[in-house]
Amino acid sequence: MPAGTLYRGREGMWSWVAHRVTGVLIFFFLFVHVLDTALVRVSPEAYDEVVATYKTPIVALLEYGLVAAILFHALNGLRVIAVDFWSKGPRYQKQMLWTVVGIWVVLMAGSLYPVLGHAARELFGS
Amino acid sequence: MSADTTSAIGPVEGTAYDVDNPAPYIEAPRKRTGRTPRATRGNFEMAAWLFMRLSGVVLVVLVLGHLLIQLFLDGGVSKIGFAFVAGRWASPFWQVWDLLMLWLAMLHGANGLRTVINDYAERPNTRLWLKGLLYTATVFTILLGTLVIFTFDPNIR
Ligand code: HEM
Ligand code: HEM
Repeated sequence: MPAGTLYRGREGMWSWVAHRVTGVLIFFFLFVHVLDTALVRVSPEAYDEVVATYKTPIVALLEYGLVAAILFHALNGLRVIAVDFWSKGPRYQKQMLWTVVGIWVVLMAGSLYPVLGHAARELFGS
Repeated sequence: MSADTTSAIGPVEGTAYDVDNPAPYIEAPRKRTGRTPRATRGNFEMAAWLFMRLSGVVLVVLVLGHLLIQLFLDGGVSKIGFAFVAGRWASPFWQVWDLLMLWLAMLHGANGLRTVINDYAERPNTRLWLKGLLYTATVFTILLGTLVIFTFDPNIR
């Protein structure tokens, strides 16, 4: 790695990579999501059948992953906006990144039960 | 007072030394002059940059609100079904919400993917095909989603 690089390999670069990866993933999800929602124009049965797969434990895990991606992209997106428009943004970009990560961890922990609870009940009974 | 032709001060700089102008006046770089075309470049990239930020702020509310309703409240995914959608799209408020979310998220995501293609696809032909595919899929998805919201029929059966 070249010496004197302030950006490459540091938090700023990795948050940018994560922002890009999550953005692309959400876009692909949205494409599929509009297609599955369009089934309401086919028949109630066709729609309910596809939505039933959304309720299986494995897909519940994917939904948890989607929540993770969106929460990171949204929080970090707000950070990018603050870096661009707030005069002190660039100076605090690192602190803001760790704030983003902190809020993200708390929200992900809080999402465990609401998003995965039904899957856990199905897998482990009760 | 006229500058001689060997001087480094060209016509753009105007008159040089003078009693009121003791030092040579140098134009700011890239200053617009009478000969500069009115628009030297389009503002598309700047508009796209701004759009990513403005749509991002709105999407925080729309998408996180949507996720909260679909995955967290009232039993999470378990409650979703045709009847649930019929109940939601009976209200113009949620129709407008979903419509706005559809358009903003698709345009925001498509513009983001355009940037990604510009960054990684180097051969002109690859870029052309990837962007063609991206724009086709985007227009198709936006039109389909819009049509579904406007033509939804709770009594389809
Ligand atoms: C797994 C999580 C999600 C579930 C269970 C879900 C569920 C639904 C449901 C049931 C509808 C039907 C209309 C309504 O109730 O409002 C819908 C529509 C919609 N959702 Fe989601 N959603 C999810 C995630 C997302 C995300 C992350 C986005 C945005 C990036 C999104 C964007 C949309 C859009 C644009 C529509 C309108 C579709 C159309 O015009 O046909 N959804 N979603
Ligand atoms: C939830 C609220 C959201 C916020 C606050 C947000 C914010 C942003 C911002 C500020 C950028 C520009 C980054 C830059 O110029 O460096 C961006 C890029 C991007 N966003 Fe979002 N966004 C949101 C939702 C979405 C959604 C729903 C999608 C997918 C449909 C998406 C996909 C993308 C993509 C693909 C990029 C390009 C990434 C790159 O060039 O590296 N975003 N987002």
